[in-house]
Amino acid sequence: MIQPANPDLVTVNIDGREIAVPKGTNVIEASRKLSIDIPHYCYHEKLSVAGNCRMCLIEMGMPAVDPATKAPIIDEATGKQKINWIPKPVIGCGTNVSPGMHIRTTTPMVKDARESVMEFLLVNHPLDCPICDQAGECKLQEQATGYGRGYSRYIEEKNVKPKRSVLGPHVTLDDERCILCSRCIRFSREIAKDDVLGFTDRGSYSTLTCFPGRELANNYSLNTVDICPVGALTSTDFRFKMRVWFLKQTNSICTESSVGTNTVVWSREGVIYRITPRQNDGVNDTWMTDSGRMLYKQVLAPERLKSAAVRGAAASAEDALRAAAELLRASEAGSIAIVGSGRSSVEEQFLTRKLAEALGGAPVSLVSRVGEGDGLLLSADRNPNLRGALVTGLIQSLPPVTASLAALGAAIDAGKVKTVISIGEDLTAAEAGLSAEQLAKVSLITLGTHASATSAAAAVVLPTLTVFEKSGTFVNQQFRIQKFAKAVPGPEGVGDDLATLSALIAAAKAGASASEADTPAAAASAASCDVHAVWATLAAEVPALGTMTYKTIPDDGLLLDGTPYAALPFAEGEALHYKPACAAETAAAPEGAESRAKAPAAA
Amino acid sequence: MATLPVERRPLTLAERSYLPQIARGLKTTLKHIFSPNVTMEYPEVQPEIPAGYRGVPTLVTDPHGREKCVSCQLCEFVCPPKAIRITPGAVPEGSGREHIEKAPEEFKIDMLRCIYCGLCQEVCPEEAIFLQNQFSLNGLTREEMVHDKKRLYELGGSLPDRHFKWDKKKAAAEHGNAH
Repeated sequence: MIQPANPDLVTVNIDGREIAVPKGTNVIEASRKLSIDIPHYCYHEKLSVAGNCRMCLIEMGMPAVDPATKAPIIDEATGKQKINWIPKPVIGCGTNVSPGMHIRTTTPMVKDARESVMEFLLVNHPLDCPICDQAGECKLQEQATGYGRGYSRYIEEKNVKPKRSVLGPHVTLDDERCILCSRCIRFSREIAKDDVLGFTDRGSYSTLTCFPGRELANNYSLNTVDICPVGALTSTDFRFKMRVWFLKQTNSICTESSVGTNTVVWSREGVIYRITPRQNDGVNDTWMTDSGRMLYKQVLAPERLKSAAVRGAAASAEDALRAAAELLRASEAGSIAIVGSGRSSVEEQFLTRKLAEALGGAPVSLVSRVGEGDGLLLSADRNPNLRGALVTGLIQSLPPVTASLAALGAAIDAGKVKTVISIGEDLTAAEAGLSAEQLAKVSLITLGTHASATSAAAAVVLPTLTVFEKSGTFVNQQFRIQKFAKAVPGPEGVGDDLATLSALIAAAKAGASASEADTPAAAASAASCDVHAVWATLAAEVPALGTMTYKTIPDDGLLLDGTPYAALPFAEGEALHYKPACAAETAAAPEGAESRAKAPAAA
Repeated sequence: MATLPVERRPLTLAERSYLPQIARGLKTTLKHIFSPNVTMEYPEVQPEIPAGYRGVPTLVTDPHGREKCVSCQLCEFVCPPKAIRITPGAVPEGSGREHIEKAPEEFKIDMLRCIYCGLCQEVCPEEAIFLQNQFSLNGLTREEMVHDKKRLYELGGSLPDRHFKWDKKKAAAEHGNAH
């Protein structure tokens, strides 16, 4: 055996192949590096090792040494050091590697062990596969196929347990299907820090249940459904909705907060059925919040804006853009203000900046959304892309935490601002802080996905897409740029956000240069406004993003340099994989509304 | 290319008169006049359908008239021309069938797409879908040719059940090894 140069690595031999792995790695993880699958149920890489399912049994041996002299004993037949094989199998999850360890995963003993464990696990397991939501992604189903006996020798009556216990607002439990792996119990205790689950009764009567008087009501309860290797814990929302093998998986990013949880959106024929977390060890491990999973419901919400409108009357997208162009042309220079959004993608924020520049340096405000962080995967800043606005140069400092648009409101009251372009924000919402009277004083062009008081008051409404219907990038609290992809098509008649913004930019430019009557929609040709095309200019004009393109950003994101913004008082507290760069040293709160340096909005 | 002249055999008298051929033809005709019919007066007389025939796919109920389909969607998955479309749903509590948990809210088979392959019947774990004897199907509109759940049950009727799986399940839940 050759010891690796790095003392923190340990060389082990698995099925005759040697591999060097870090100290403290267990056999399952070491085998995974050699693409050797060791079946397991209770082991989860982000949870403590329980070792109770016994599925990962393997054969283990250590090199033989003379007990007295510690000299290696050489096997004369092979000329190599003899291996003392342990006569009984050991569990892979609870066995950490040690130098020279030999593992066998394909011997008859291992095969027998797996078959026997599978047989015991299936003794009381109901034949529910046709009605079980886990079917298709069920470890028990897969491993019964891979390692099971293929027929049942059990002729006795199966145990009966509660079939539809409601554990909490999001989780329904089928106890008969439970194989007592205790992953959910360990998750609640170790990750969610809400110890509510436990087993009652003994032996084959063991039953998973909540502690008396408690319920599984924390905001991470649906992770127990994800890690459940069988169909015992089911999502009440997704229950019986669709079989998983019909669903298309699209990588996305959660927009709930600035954590930027990596997600997978599961859709079929343009309808989203569920959202699950995607593993990213630098951001969210394998977890996500329950509230983030429900965000897909906004796509089919009844208040969704589905058509453009001019002064309250539905209009075609071209007519609405023409009306917006006329409004911009009619407004005198310096009387236009823009409200950007921390919920827009990096590309949209960049185009918003270009729009401000095309309008002769119109002031840009941003609405801050600060809530309470939970120290895990819900950060205090509920804007998923506030840092994107800094990186793209849309804003230079953070918006005020309360009444973010107070300065804009003052400018409206003073009559300095006559036209407002709102990019996906409800200006009368509590965190924005404009009043309905102030909105009535200005001509409002609003882009948005859902109807709000702002869209009701707007002169021109341009409908836009939700995060599930477009592609783009967000910059999360760690300054990690992460991309999301289009999972479902947008509603009929709703144009792409980038195209709409490009059309507005074209209108602004046309208005600035001359009063040419060319249609803005035509000016922004379709080719120039898809995400790749925007990235071509974006990479050229934003130095921090110069080294990448949308295509080359990896699935787990790219860390940008956050040091230029280290002094800004970001709202986030410490959370999973995140430590705030500046804690208390920058106590000075930002004053006034966000504005691009040239034309301050504040009176 | 070289040309090879082929010497033809001169026809015999019998061949030149055609009479033996006419006689042979008349013999065949006479034989079929007196042999039994092989055709059928189709719409008036219906053919006998052999066992295992693959006619129009239908949904069947058990002998007590209860729905058997649990909307597992395996038939939808296996269907080669994608003719089947199921909307799954939960069985409401208090219906007496809540132990089955799942039933189709809607079940549609597009008969303009169906190729009568029988894979849906083969894959069904609940023995709820059968290609039965009906072979003649027509309609005046496309919509008419998409069979919904009601129509599929009308066509299917009831078939004998050997298992009564869900009755056993319910009995076990009531009298089984609970703790």
